[in-house]
Amino acid sequence: MSAPVYAHEAPTAAERVKDALAVAFVALLLGIPMIGLTTVDQGGSLVVATRWSWLAAFAAACFVGRLVLRFSLDTLTRRRTARQRAAGAKTVKIAGASRLVSTIGWVAVAFSLLLPIVFSDNRYVVDTATTVLIYVMLGWGLNVVVGLAGLLDLGHVAFYAVGAYAYALLSTQFGWGFWTALPVAALISAAFGVVLGWPSLRLRGDYLAIVTLGFGEIIRVVLNNWTSLSGGPNGVTSIPRPTFFGLAFKPPGDTPTFAGFFGLDFSPGHRIVFLYYVILVLCLLTNVFVTRLRKLPVGRAWEAVREDEIACKALGMNVTNVKLSAFVLGAMLGGVAGVFFAARQGFISPESFTFNESAIILAIVVLGGMGSQLGVVLASLVLVLLPELGRDFAEYRMLLFGTAMILIMIWRPGGILSKREPTLRHVKDGGRA
Amino acid sequence: MALAIQQLINGLTLGAVYGLIAIGYTMVYGIIGMINFAHGDIYMVSAFIAVTGFTLLASLGVSSVPLALVTVLVLSVLFTSVYGWAVERTAYRPLRGSTRLAPLISAIGMSIFLQNMVQLTQGARVKPIPPMFVGGIDLFTSEGFTVRLAYSQILIVIVTVALMSGFTYLITKTSFGRQQRACEQDRTMTALLGINVDRTISLTFMIGAALAAVAGVMVTVYYGVVDFYIGFVAGIKAFTAAVLGGVGSLPGAMLGGLIIGLIEAFWSAYLSAEYKDVATFSILILVLMFRPSGLLGRPEVEKV
Amino acid sequence: MNGVHNILNVERLSMRFGGLAAIDDLSLDVPVGKITAVIGPNGAGKTTLFNCLTGFYKPTVGSVRLNHPQRGTLLLETLPSHQVAHKAQVVRTFQNIRLFPKMTVLENLIVAQHNALQQASFFTLAGLFALPSYRRAEAAAMEKAVNWLTRLGLIEKADTAAGDLPYGTQRRIEIARALCVDPILLCLDEPAAGLNPRESAELNELLMRLARDEGISILLIEHDMSVVMKVSDHICVLNYGRKIAEGTPQEIQNDPNVIKAYLGEEDADEELHAEVAP
Repeated sequence: MSAPVYAHEAPTAAERVKDALAVAFVALLLGIPMIGLTTVDQGGSLVVATRWSWLAAFAAACFVGRLVLRFSLDTLTRRRTARQRAAGAKTVKIAGASRLVSTIGWVAVAFSLLLPIVFSDNRYVVDTATTVLIYVMLGWGLNVVVGLAGLLDLGHVAFYAVGAYAYALLSTQFGWGFWTALPVAALISAAFGVVLGWPSLRLRGDYLAIVTLGFGEIIRVVLNNWTSLSGGPNGVTSIPRPTFFGLAFKPPGDTPTFAGFFGLDFSPGHRIVFLYYVILVLCLLTNVFVTRLRKLPVGRAWEAVREDEIACKALGMNVTNVKLSAFVLGAMLGGVAGVFFAARQGFISPESFTFNESAIILAIVVLGGMGSQLGVVLASLVLVLLPELGRDFAEYRMLLFGTAMILIMIWRPGGILSKREPTLRHVKDGGRA
Repeated sequence: MALAIQQLINGLTLGAVYGLIAIGYTMVYGIIGMINFAHGDIYMVSAFIAVTGFTLLASLGVSSVPLALVTVLVLSVLFTSVYGWAVERTAYRPLRGSTRLAPLISAIGMSIFLQNMVQLTQGARVKPIPPMFVGGIDLFTSEGFTVRLAYSQILIVIVTVALMSGFTYLITKTSFGRQQRACEQDRTMTALLGINVDRTISLTFMIGAALAAVAGVMVTVYYGVVDFYIGFVAGIKAFTAAVLGGVGSLPGAMLGGLIIGLIEAFWSAYLSAEYKDVATFSILILVLMFRPSGLLGRPEVEKV
Repeated sequence: MNGVHNILNVERLSMRFGGLAAIDDLSLDVPVGKITAVIGPNGAGKTTLFNCLTGFYKPTVGSVRLNHPQRGTLLLETLPSHQVAHKAQVVRTFQNIRLFPKMTVLENLIVAQHNALQQASFFTLAGLFALPSYRRAEAAAMEKAVNWLTRLGLIEKADTAAGDLPYGTQRRIEIARALCVDPILLCLDEPAAGLNPRESAELNELLMRLARDEGISILLIEHDMSVVMKVSDHICVLNYGRKIAEGTPQEIQNDPNVIKAYLGEEDADEELHAEVAP
């Protein structure tokens, strides 16, 4: 009896080169119409411009890239097989990984609480941090839908828009304040979630993706064209800012102001810091809420539906209701983010709610690790800060997102931070005592 | 009445284009059971290839319109099918047998990638080409409205009909068609019978892309303008057409395309052009609610 | 019905897919508290029968009546699949195991008690604030899960992701999970498939205990004759969607129809008997 042979033949150098040449050839074909050739506007009509050197560089890069990639992948696989054989196919568990995540989480909370104090003289930092937190909020909302319940929602921006316009209209037309409008706008978003989710969640999972995609477009088209309601492409202007228990952030005037009440000198920085803390509090509440939900029956049901819908039905679960609860919660959180966005900008228009925005939010969830709260924070940081680093990054941002989404799905379909923490344990301290 | 007939003509033309794109969705869905979100962008890529091709031929002094058209069609079909192949090979094949969500997200990533790649390499501005098929046949005039059948419309209908006949032959009569249909039914079994499933899937993507390429060239000729965003909207509409006709059904895709084209044309003429997209998407949602298997599709039995 | 009380009456059930009748005019009675096996060659319509009983398929014709001790007679073919499990307490397992692979074994069993817990959490509200009523319900659910895990010898694996465990263990987890729904009728689709002889013997033991001690009626699809002949009180043989024989294991073993239709020609007889030798 001979033992099974697992060794897979390492390709020869000639084979590697041949493989890389094939890739370079395909790259060349793909590149000819897009990189090699382009059309430019010259005096009102198009002329063809060529970029053969770019094309050559692209094909060469693909050749080298393929060689390196294949070689390192092969080496990696060989090493891993060798290691596995040595270790008797036992996987090494990283103890304390969850503790590390929770430590990072607490450090992040402490840091974000202190940030406006540390950077008190730097409005730009606080402002950017506020943007990051808006994306964190959006990411956490979508994470419930995509990461936990496994429903692909490509129109999350629609609920963001509903929240934003609901607040904008409630405040400018009816004079509602931020804090009263917030829950109402959130409920309106949730209602939209019910209306959209109730029919489409009974369908196969991938239909939901296209329905939500279509819905995102419907909302945008309606906002663009229903001028009497939304102001059309011009949007809604002079949306009131949130107040500190009724105290406005304004230069001293007739009404009591924040600065006046606390005997401070008026500074526009106060409002920026205040806005930052508002979104921070909203985010922290969301985090506590979602983390708690995950450990409740409803949260476990979300994950179970993601894992196997048919098994859920066989266990007596009303799958449509479970999905709907996740979808509506996601919509509501998106709405809350929208309210804050409208209040912070003071101006909104349909331009802010394009499909690109949905794609960015999805990228945050996917890159961060589906189901992971901390992953969303890290991904938001990266995605907001990258374009701030330079114009080049801003231009290539979406291209990079698209590429990253594909690569991460291939490399780790669960997302980067995909280690799942059980919601409850039999052996309490997590170790095998 | 005259307006209605004119919209009928316009709608059928538009519908033919949607139908061609929809076939790509339906075939891919049939064989690997996923929505290829990047398909609309493949169509957009082909439209850009067409713009470049026409401009290039014009600068080379090719003045014969039929020659230019045939050359561009061939080039666009060839290059676009390479794109179709590459998309499947890089973004979907490594994910076969992965979770349900993974290929969908990868497809979205691919769609974003293609859109932005074209925007970066070809520019974000709208690309116009000089009109080529000017003129048409005035059918009749009533109530001061002349019903006109443009040459470009005749072209689109003729090309679509020819393509559909060839394509039907390919699927029903050739050995590739049999392999393709076998893969749709049971991929594992097909592989056990010695058929190269990977190759069949690749070919399916290439054929879908080729049909989208023809649609791309036609649209470029018809409208004379192209931008990097056209794939997104056309993609959703073609997908709606595929769902309306019944996902997996090839005649259904064509029928769905025609219906969507007609609805769009009539909606724009009689109700409001601004909301024509809303009309399409609402139809998508309604169809999915009340007849998820579409007009010509077979009801799907949940596999337990 | 010879005075035997039945938990389930399947009456003239047919399920057609296009021209194919996967089940053809099938009538079947499942006695309460007993183990009933459904056997038959591949494609005989066994899994389709399960799908019709548990609401995954709507039968073309016929009725499936469940005699629930508390809730009276329920027509299973009219209930959606989740109500079959929740209201009628008919719970099934799957031929190709369907666990929640990334969740731990314990979580799998807690999810099975979703409806009770969801109600106890007052649709999440009480749970959100960890009210004592919810905590009690959660503790009870844990206790039930731990109890079944212990009885099925799975407690060591409670905190392991279900998907990481070997095949035979996954089969047992699926049964344990089904038991957490408090079934009155448990439908097992090939529970012994892929088990080694020892695991298979343990399964026999478990099934008999469940029927005898817990009073759970069991409907079983199985190819492994060593299981079927040993544990079944009653056997129903299907072929091409029709019932060709019904009776005790002894009767079935000696039924010429079964021997011919189910196991082929000559050596069929041998196979049927060889496996049952004590």
